[in-house]
Amino acid sequence: MADVIEVRSLTKTYGSLLAVDGISFAIAEGSCFGLLGPNGAGKTTTIEMLEGIVKPTSGLISLFGQPASKALYSRVGIQFQHTALQDHLTVAETLRLFASFYEQPAAIAELVELCALGEFIRQDARKLSGGQRQRMLLALALINNPDLVFLDEPTTGLDPQARRNFWDLIGAIKAQGKTIVLTTHYMDEAQMLCDTIAILDQGQIVARGSPSSLLAEHFQGVLVQLPKANLVGKAVDLAFVERNQHIELLTEQLDKTLQQLLAQGIPLDGMQIKSANLDDLFLKLTGHALRG
Amino acid sequence: MKRMLAVFRARNTEFFRDRSTFTWNLLFPFLLLLGFYYIFGQAQPMYKVGVLSEQDGYISRPVFMATKHIQFIPYGDLERGLAPLARHQIDLLIDIDRAQYWVNEESRKGYMAEQILAVRDPDFNRTVIRGSAIRYVDWVLPGIIGMNIMFSALFGVGYAIVRYRKNGVLKRLNATPLTALEFIGGQLMSRIVMVVIVGLVLLLGARFLLSTLMLGSLALLVLTMFMGALALVSLGLLVAARLRSEEFTGGLLNMTTWPMMGLSEVWFSLEGAPHLVHQISQLMPLTHLVQALRAIMVDGAGFVAISDHLAVLALMSAIFLAIGSMTFSWAADGR
Repeated sequence: MADVIEVRSLTKTYGSLLAVDGISFAIAEGSCFGLLGPNGAGKTTTIEMLEGIVKPTSGLISLFGQPASKALYSRVGIQFQHTALQDHLTVAETLRLFASFYEQPAAIAELVELCALGEFIRQDARKLSGGQRQRMLLALALINNPDLVFLDEPTTGLDPQARRNFWDLIGAIKAQGKTIVLTTHYMDEAQMLCDTIAILDQGQIVARGSPSSLLAEHFQGVLVQLPKANLVGKAVDLAFVERNQHIELLTEQLDKTLQQLLAQGIPLDGMQIKSANLDDLFLKLTGHALRG
Repeated sequence: MKRMLAVFRARNTEFFRDRSTFTWNLLFPFLLLLGFYYIFGQAQPMYKVGVLSEQDGYISRPVFMATKHIQFIPYGDLERGLAPLARHQIDLLIDIDRAQYWVNEESRKGYMAEQILAVRDPDFNRTVIRGSAIRYVDWVLPGIIGMNIMFSALFGVGYAIVRYRKNGVLKRLNATPLTALEFIGGQLMSRIVMVVIVGLVLLLGARFLLSTLMLGSLALLVLTMFMGALALVSLGLLVAARLRSEEFTGGLLNMTTWPMMGLSEVWFSLEGAPHLVHQISQLMPLTHLVQALRAIMVDGAGFVAISDHLAVLALMSAIFLAIGSMTFSWAADGR
């Protein structure tokens, strides 16, 4: 499949601050690409450079196989992290306003159906709940029937149910063959939706690949967690990492590890055994918690 | 009590730290005071007398002109002098080259000024004209319409654009094929149409309630309101073209509107004010708007009579629009 976006040595500085430090990647057509990273890692700066909102300091961005240009952005849909809309307009009026900016807008009725806007279509756009608002902003991002959609933290601040609904929606958009680029704080979201993820830290990509291949690459075996209290006064002869109130051991041979722990007189009360997820990967790679 | 004091202290801190508001609150009354002192610094004369003469510096002036507490205002020709006399804006008009004077018999102050002239220079020939004083409400209505257009145009465009920029509306619009020119054009036209409609409602409402004067053509009045609104929304755009702070914009817009309120003859005539004040006032779009509106409504002036004002408004609009759209920025952070 062709690459919809290709980025080479993309760099952005604000004064002396290096926000994005020479990153390169490509995004395949029809895939969902997730940009992950802690606050201040350069996610929003990166996505806004791709969106054509922020001018890169240096580096190349190609869209649909051509150097990025204003004309190509008519094939792109964007949902910003923070957006205000004109006051006093209803959802329907806002949709019509944005539709009028494009030569060939999508059918509004279909968007209303897809994003389930029907029940609040005549409400003032300012008075929507978090989930309703995100669905309307997504409909605005889709109003030009784009081939490429950018979503900047689309589910931040939503309740679990609204997030699930939003994921279904993104799945439906992906099924239409559109390419999706999203930034997120939530590892479960990235694991659920993304074909490829890139983890950004301090302006650089520290890992890139499919969620499962990255996990396989960085974690073999399972994680054993024990409360720190269990270790008090005990000498532990095993490699472990400290995390907040507990310690973590990564092991490929669970039986052996548990026997060793018991042999060293360490109680197993409060023990948890789990396979590594993206949260663990993130902690391992960036050294700090994602939502910190 | 402790909690109230805490709120008191927090609010004071907020006030001091919001520098633009703080400075404005302190600076503004001083500016207002100094402005009025400068305009009305001299003691107000008891009578105002128009003078017609072709002499340089009034070499052979009549004894009358040595009278204290009378302000003598030169007029270029008879017609220009008779108009304010008829409207009781001056009390007497004298032609010192021909030893002639005109007095409005309906004016009480005119009668008194004539008595003084008769004692000092009894050989002046008398001509009587008539004309009732223009009511203040008729005089002030064009000023109020103009002022309303100014506030609505400047704040409606300037403040709205800065708010849109700050809260991300502009950023979202910039991500669509909408161009800056299309956005600005739509914004400005919307505001112009609104202020012209509101201006007409004011005009008709005042006419209905107070039977105010409207002697000129309504079409010309609408054209004048349009030109004035265009100049003022363009000024609003210029102020808001790059700014990001709503507070600062508010201060700057106040700084723009208040001098115009004072010096554009909205509330009072600048007749007799220092020359410099007149010159400054000519640089303000509101002056031209108000003078043109007043000429149409009170004097029934036609297109030719106010075409100078319209030309100045058109020129100002072109300059403000050009600079405003060239410096216009979508971004909230100047990137």
